[in-house]
Amino acid sequence: MNQLLFRFAVGGIMVTLFALLADLLKPKSFAGLLGAAPAVALSTLGLTIFTDGKSYVALEARSMIAGALAFFLYACGCSYLMMKFSLPAIVATTSMLFVWLIFAVGAWLLVLR
Amino acid sequence: MRVSLDFSAFGRTKGYEYAVRFLFGGATTVVAGLLAKHFGPALGGLFLAFPAIFPASATLVEKHEKEKKQHAGIFHSRRGRQAAAVDAAGAAMGSLGLALFGFTIWKWLPLWSPWPVLLCGTVGWLVTSFALWRIRKDH
Repeated sequence: MNQLLFRFAVGGIMVTLFALLADLLKPKSFAGLLGAAPAVALSTLGLTIFTDGKSYVALEARSMIAGALAFFLYACGCSYLMMKFSLPAIVATTSMLFVWLIFAVGAWLLVLR
Repeated sequence: MRVSLDFSAFGRTKGYEYAVRFLFGGATTVVAGLLAKHFGPALGGLFLAFPAIFPASATLVEKHEKEKKQHAGIFHSRRGRQAAAVDAAGAAMGSLGLALFGFTIWKWLPLWSPWPVLLCGTVGWLVTSFALWRIRKDH
């Protein structure tokens, strides 16, 4: 339980720090880079190395490549929906989460499992 | 346009907006860890690149841009959504850097000590993302 709370706190702090930096940066296209910063990965991998070892983390990182490529499709889709169809950000970004999930889990089923 | 810091943004972002990001960030970190424990690192690792806080961030970008326009007396503007779309395009470039981060950790971590590898991965993410952003901006 303590470890979960620690993970929660470290992950929350890392993500908030990257979000704070993104708020301050201009132009917005550059600030957007931080939307895909390795905030969760840095906090999780740093902790997992101590508990489960380097080989375990290397396997997580291999899957993370597929997750990041799914993120690329997701972000391109969000940008297209908001620019082309003028969808509200909340509608575009939450509906496209299914695309991320389908691509990421598909890659896991076909390649990574 | 040059990259710069706009400290007036501190005032535009409210405390609860940071709290939302903290909660989503913390929750994603815990969920990724739990999934890895129950289903193995191959599935858990996917969620290290889950766009958990992106919907909240893009919505805030849209909201802040809309408020700025309303403050200037413009009430029916698509500028908020366009700003969020530009933010998403930036995130797409950042995600390619994130893939390189994952590749660096996957290949180098078994060979070398963890902290230099994590540092190299982070620098690789930053340099790749910045380079892609510059290429896109120049063309």
